[in-house]
Order: sequence, then structure tokens, then C-alpha cells
Amino acid sequence: MTAIDLGIPGLAGVPTTDEKQTAKDYKSDQEVRWCPGCGDYVVLNAVQSFLPSLGLKRENIVFVSGIGCSSRFPYYMNTYGMHSIHGRAPAIATGLAVARPDLSVWVVTGDGDALSIGGNHLIHTLRRNVNLKILLFNNRIYGLTKGQYSPTSEEGKVTKSTPLGSLDHPFNPVSLALGAEASFVGRAIDSDKAGLTSVLRQAAEHRGSALVEIYQNCPIFNDGAFDVLKDADEASRRIINVVDGEPIRFGREGEYCVIREGFGLAVAKSADVDASDIVIHDASDLNLSFALSRLSTQDLSHTVTGVFRRADRPTYDDGARAQVSEAKAAKAADLSKLLHGKDTWTVVG
Amino acid sequence: MSTETRKLDRVVIRFAGDSGDGMQLTGDRFTSEAAAFGNDLATQPNFPAEIRAPQGTLPGVSSFQLHFADYDILTPGDRPDVLVAMNPAALKANVVDLPDGGILIVNTDEFTKRNLTKVGYDSNPLEDESLAKFQVHKVAMATLTIGALEDTGLGKKDAERAKNMFALGLLSWMYHRPTEGTERFLREKFAKKPDIAEANVLAFRAGWNYGETTEAFAVTYEVAPAKLNVGTYRQITGNTATAYGIVAAAQRSKLPVVLGTYPITPASDILHELSKHKNFDITTVQAEDEIAGIGIALGASYGGALGVTSTSGPGIALKSETIGLAVMTELPLLVIDVQRGGPSTGLPTKTEQADLLQAMFGRNGESPVPIVAPQSPSDCFDAVLDAARIALKYRTPVLFLSDGAVANGSEPWLIPDVDSLPDLTVEFATDPETFQPYSRDPETLARPWAVPGTPGLQHRIGGLEKQDVTGNISYDPENHDRMVRLRQAKIDGIEVPDVVVDDPSGEAKVLVVGWGSSYGPIGAAARRVRKLGLPVAHAHLRHLNPFPKNLGEVLRKYDKVVVPEMNLGQLALLLRAKYLVDAVSYTKVQGLPFKAEELQDVLADVIKGVSA
Repeated sequence: MTAIDLGIPGLAGVPTTDEKQTAKDYKSDQEVRWCPGCGDYVVLNAVQSFLPSLGLKRENIVFVSGIGCSSRFPYYMNTYGMHSIHGRAPAIATGLAVARPDLSVWVVTGDGDALSIGGNHLIHTLRRNVNLKILLFNNRIYGLTKGQYSPTSEEGKVTKSTPLGSLDHPFNPVSLALGAEASFVGRAIDSDKAGLTSVLRQAAEHRGSALVEIYQNCPIFNDGAFDVLKDADEASRRIINVVDGEPIRFGREGEYCVIREGFGLAVAKSADVDASDIVIHDASDLNLSFALSRLSTQDLSHTVTGVFRRADRPTYDDGARAQVSEAKAAKAADLSKLLHGKDTWTVVG
Repeated sequence: MSTETRKLDRVVIRFAGDSGDGMQLTGDRFTSEAAAFGNDLATQPNFPAEIRAPQGTLPGVSSFQLHFADYDILTPGDRPDVLVAMNPAALKANVVDLPDGGILIVNTDEFTKRNLTKVGYDSNPLEDESLAKFQVHKVAMATLTIGALEDTGLGKKDAERAKNMFALGLLSWMYHRPTEGTERFLREKFAKKPDIAEANVLAFRAGWNYGETTEAFAVTYEVAPAKLNVGTYRQITGNTATAYGIVAAAQRSKLPVVLGTYPITPASDILHELSKHKNFDITTVQAEDEIAGIGIALGASYGGALGVTSTSGPGIALKSETIGLAVMTELPLLVIDVQRGGPSTGLPTKTEQADLLQAMFGRNGESPVPIVAPQSPSDCFDAVLDAARIALKYRTPVLFLSDGAVANGSEPWLIPDVDSLPDLTVEFATDPETFQPYSRDPETLARPWAVPGTPGLQHRIGGLEKQDVTGNISYDPENHDRMVRLRQAKIDGIEVPDVVVDDPSGEAKVLVVGWGSSYGPIGAAARRVRKLGLPVAHAHLRHLNPFPKNLGEVLRKYDKVVVPEMNLGQLALLLRAKYLVDAVSYTKVQGLPFKAEELQDVLADVIKGVSA
């Protein structure tokens, strides 16, 4: 595994272009068919607006999705794309990423697709650290099947399938990803285009698996799920945006902060603590990232956004290619020799 | 010494012992000796699903049967002429197959009261009359081996473990086998433990010398080399031949191969073998589950590689949805199913051919998939190459139905000249002016293979129904009807060679039709009934979807069609449905290949019925 250079940025090997690109270049000719007011529009717009800045050849970008509302995403992108089957996008994208180092491969998935039917592929992709960018649209509901609770719905959620309230305890997707030792985990909110773009850019530049959870509103079946984060006043008290290397403060004037408490973290008023007690975010520290993920609560009294973790470790696809190229260098591909093996005998006429 | 040497045209030997006794290795070495000597041969291992079942018990018995001859043979043999039993359990489990007068060589050291009781022997069969109808040779193999290794300094336990090589040495002497290959093999195998290597060589020689110097064996046997076609041969198992066929497909298509797979008996050896050949631009990914395995393969195919996944029946069940996606996205994909006994977990280490209908119909919607089945271990090479040809040329998933019998069985293989192998070169779409994702080649009906990275061909594919030509999502009723029929027409139109009928007399009124690994027993049975003066024709199908174009005509030529299968009549069902032929279905699902003798009786009865 000598061929792996940990310094490689996420997009190494993907051809670039000097041609000027605009968001329009990334819009396909297909009519977008999400419900009016769906948060997916905002995410689509943010992605289309941000991709030109990467300067990549458009034909070297691929979006692979599973099943669900968000998984229609590839149809609206004028790149290569595959709308695959429920939960399996990370597996299909893994095959593509292993086969093709010259592609920037993106997975678009939802809370049901990624965390329920596809939970296994998600955690294994993250643990392997395949060079994929996974956008997890979390609306805490099943939209395409018309409103059943999802693995991120709050306990007691009353839906069509749970008239007496759901009994399931929800996943915290960031904690789950960090549990799988994902090398990059971020979170953003659909309505915050600047924050979303910043996380997307860092994800794109990261070599390895990047999971970006995007809180996304479903106006039909779970409308207002994230409203408290969209009201400026409420948001200032609830959203804890973290930046690598900076003290974790939030609130309009930075009046709140994060401090250590026991084995974890807690929120405090900045005025009540010594400045040196305020935790400085270190995205390479898995334990700190995990503790930060636990500050986010299902009732959104606090929600951490930004990049929780960004760490360099070897990627699966780079390693797989290195093994092949090393084998090629070490041994010629002589089919006849292979077929003959060690023990042959000859029958003469 | 007054040992008599008798000439035989064929011999079947079965080595049987505890799963820890090294019977597979012993059988494998004897096979190599027979191959080096120039016999034709066929082998059949039979081992438990448990890695180490409790020692000395019936479930722990492992055996290896080997048939070698001075003419071309088709099967590993119905019954052994010689049974080597290393313990009471091996004797009890296998002696029922030994015909009267058969040779039985027993390792007496294991016939202790405790071991006998463990397998339900009330009295020692070596001491009562129960084995009187056999030629029994009682040999204290463990004691003799330990004695032979006394000077090596090895502990008793280690020395005793070489007793399988003692047995091999004795049998090698009895059948005048060459020994250099085995000694060389042992020295290579244990290169890092020279003392163990030497101990095994000594045990092997001790077995040989035991035969030579004791007077216990009055007769030795010679089986002359077979007259095989001119060329260079090697011995090969079905799984190895399958892996080599995939390597050859990579070379002949000039495409990288990505194998996405999950370990499962009896298919794992394909993964093991391919993972050794990365220098042929082969990437192997051991996925988290069966579904991811095929997903990775399909993703690689989408990227312009030859995606391959390998599994057994339970894995196919899990992969079905992705096979459907490959049908819809019309991408090349090779799906290897090494069938085993089912349903569910079934009989993991035993053979069966009961996945035919699963391969044919086991997906939602109208989801046609070509099916290719190898007929013998070495045939896996050609058959899998042909499966790759179909996948690449027609842009479709292809199911390759191997089974436990061909996968683990071995036979000599006439090594092909690599330049004579079919050219599988593909053309990727590159022209943005003419490109339409779902336009079709008028000959093959295949759609263009447009891989990401190709400028100007950006397009989206997926599992939703496609509009004809453009590939855009379409819910139009007429379009769906058209696309369903187009996908079916593409598979129906795949070019496959005509089926060849083997009917030496040209007078047969009965046709026996088989597929897959039953080729050997059916072929051997057909030879036997012909020797009895009863003409019979044999047709064996490699292509099960689509069927060869001449199949209907062939079936109609005969008064009766007999279809033996290791399932409850799956091919017979397809033949009846498609050709309205009143096929006689003969079925058996015991996890073991057919015996030629039972098929001989079946065929003889049908032929006599037709004549009468």
C-alpha cells in the first residue's frame, strides 16, 4: 500500500477544465417534479451553484441515488447519473469509484434510503472510506410512500402507519457515521445556502467518504419539522455552528459556548465560564466530534452544524487500485502461463 | 515377492476419513499422480458443511472419490472399487457404496471401543463377519506411520498426522503410480517447515514400502494411460476454470474486471482464485453482503469495467433486485451462481440444480436474463467466456449456473491456445451527435454503453421505466408495453450455437436432454444402454435462455424425451411450456450427482417402452 499519498486532495485524478461554468450548465432538460416548497429545491440549487466553482469537467461528475423523493436528484443534474434501487446507492457508487479514479462520485440519499433499508451499506462505505460524497437529505419522514415515520422521526410520531405513535428510537445520523469512523461528517440546513455550500465544498475537497446530513423540510408530510431552526431568534440560541480550530461559541453575540462536562460536552453561557474553558473544535479528534454530535437533540433544542470531523486516512478505492497496479508491476499478465499452471502433461499423437 | 499385476481399464477409489484427516489433500495428490501418468480422470469431493465436526462422528466424515481410466470417462464413478476408511465413521458412512468383492483398506488404529460406540457399532466389524463379502486389508496406519517417523524427533501426535500420506503411498504402490510429483509437492507445500515436509515424505514412502515388503497384498493393478486428444493438459476444478474464464474475459475484452462478492459455499473459491490475479487488471471487493457485492459489480460495469458477482442460490435471492436494475439499465453483468442444495440454507456443501427457475423467473416484472450452464469442471472456462460474450455484446446481466458438483469436481483440461479464444472487444459510445441512451443496435438490440467521463454524453439511467430511444422517465402505457417487449426480444434474439445431438447409431427414438453437471452421468448412462443394444440420443443444453434455435426441431424428432434433473423437473417444465413436448421427467434431489447406473435403468425402461 505504498502508493497512497495521504496528502491527495479529494478531487485528485478528476480532470479539470478552464471553461467557465455556471449553475445553468448543471441543470438538465428534465422538469423538476418535487412538491412546491420542498427543501430539495434549495439543495439542488445550492449544488448546481457550487459545482462550477470546482472547475471539474462536467462529464467526470456522477450522481448516484437510491429510492425516495431525494433520489430523483440525478435526473435534474446535467452530469452522469444513476437512479438506482432502494438503499443500494453507496454499494453501486463504491463499484464505480473503485473502477474509475477519474470521477467525482456523489451519492444522494434520504433518511429512509440511507438509514433504514440501506443502513448496512452506509456504515460499511464509511468504514472503508471509499472516495464518495454522500448527501443525506433528512426530512424525518417517508415522503414518497406518503407519510410513514422514518428512522429519524421522533419517538411517538403519529403517522399513517403509527396512529398511536411510533415506538422507534431514532438514529442521530452524525453519531452513527462517527461510530463507523467516517473520515468526514458534516451537517447543514437546507435554508442556509451559505452554510450548506461551505460544508459541500469541504466535502468535495476531502479524500475519502464524506457524509453530509442536510436537514430538509417536507412541506407535505412533515411540514415545519425544522422551523425552530429557521426563525432567526430561535436559531441563534439553538444552532451551534462549528469551525475547525475555533472556539465553539454561538448566539447572536457569542453569548453561549460549549464546555467539557464529564466525558462529554455541555452548553454554557460564555459569561459564566472562563474563556479557556471553551472547547476549541478539532475536526481530527474523533472523540470530540462524537461528543459534539451528542449535543444535537431530537427536539432541536440544540443542533450542531458545520464539519464535525475531517481526518485523513487511506481510502478503499485508492488502496484497491494500488494493489492492482503493484500486482501489474510485479507480474506480467501472461494468460497462457496462468492457464498452464505448474503441473501439465502433454499427449502426443 | 510373488505379487501379481493385473491390468484394468478403469478404477474408482474413495478415500474417506475424519474431516481433520486430510482426505481432500490425499485424493487431490492421487489425482495429480493419475494425471501425470496420463489417465483420464474425474473426481468428486464430498465434505461436511461443518469445518471440524466432532472427531470420529458420522457428520464429520469427509471423502474424495477419484475415477481414472485408460479411456475417456465422463463421471467420478458411481461406486468405489476401492474404499480407504481411516476410521469407523468413515467405514460406516461409505461401506454401503462398496460393491461385493470390492477392496476395503482400513486403518485399524482408530477401531477402538470408544470410536466404534461413537458411531453405533455394537461389535467391531473388523472382527465379526459383517465385512466378509469384501477383500479387507487391515493396516495399522497410524502405528506404522509413527514407527516410520521415530527417528525424526517429531512428537507422536505430529507424526500420526502424516498417516494420510502413508495411505497415499500404499495406494500409489498398489496402482503403480509415479511418486516424484507427490514428493516434490510435499516439499513445496511445507517449505517453511522442512521437518514436517520430510515427515510426510517419509510417511508416503513408508506406505509404499509397506505394500512392497509385506505379503498382505497379492495383487497390484495397472491402468494404462488414456488416448486423449493431442495437446497439453492440466487438472482443473470447476471453480478454478470459472475464475480463469473470467481472467480470459478480461484479457479478450481488454476491460478491467471488478468482482463484487460475499463469501458463500461453494462459490468462495472463485473469489479466492481471482484475488490472486490482480495483475490481469482484476479488482476483487469482498463486500458487506450479497446485495452490496452485486451493487459494486453493477457500479463498475456502469463505469466501463466488466462487473462480476459470484454466489450460490441464497445469494441470488438477495441479488434479485439488482439483477432487475441491470435488466432495466441494460448494462453488462456476469452473475455466477454455484448452485447448492436448497431451499434456504439447505445443503451448503452438496450439489443440486434447482436454481434454474429462480434464474429464469426470480425477479419482479418481465425481467428476462440469459442463462448459461457449464457441463463439466473444465467446461466452466468456455461457458463463462461465452456468458461474458453475451453480457458484453447484448448489454445484459447473464446468469451462469454452475453447481457444487462441477465447482469442486476436477478433470483433465486440454489447455486452449489463448489466441484462439473469442475476441470480446467492445465499443463504447463516443459520438454526442448521434448518441441516445436507449437507441438500439439493429442486430443485437443492445443499447450504447456510454461510460461516465465521455464528453457530451451526460445522461441519466435508473430503474424507472425508460422512454424508448431517449431513456427519459416514461409512464406512458404504450411505451411500457413496447419496452417490455423490446427487452424480451433482445434476450430472445441472442445468438447461441445449435444444440448438438449425440446419437452414434442414428436410430434412437428416445432423446435424453440434460443441462449442467448431469452431462457426465447422462453421457455415461447413454453409453451403457447403447452397449446393451438400445439406441439413445443425448442432447445437453449449455444455453437455457434463450434455448438454441434448433431445440424445438430436435425435440420433435423423437418419440420420447427424457429429462433427468437434480431438481423436481425445472427444465422439463420449461420444455413442456415452450415446445409442448410430453417430456418424461426423472428427478432426484439427494445432494449428490446422478449415478450412471440409475440413469441407465431409467433410459433402458423408456427405450423398451417405446419399442414395445
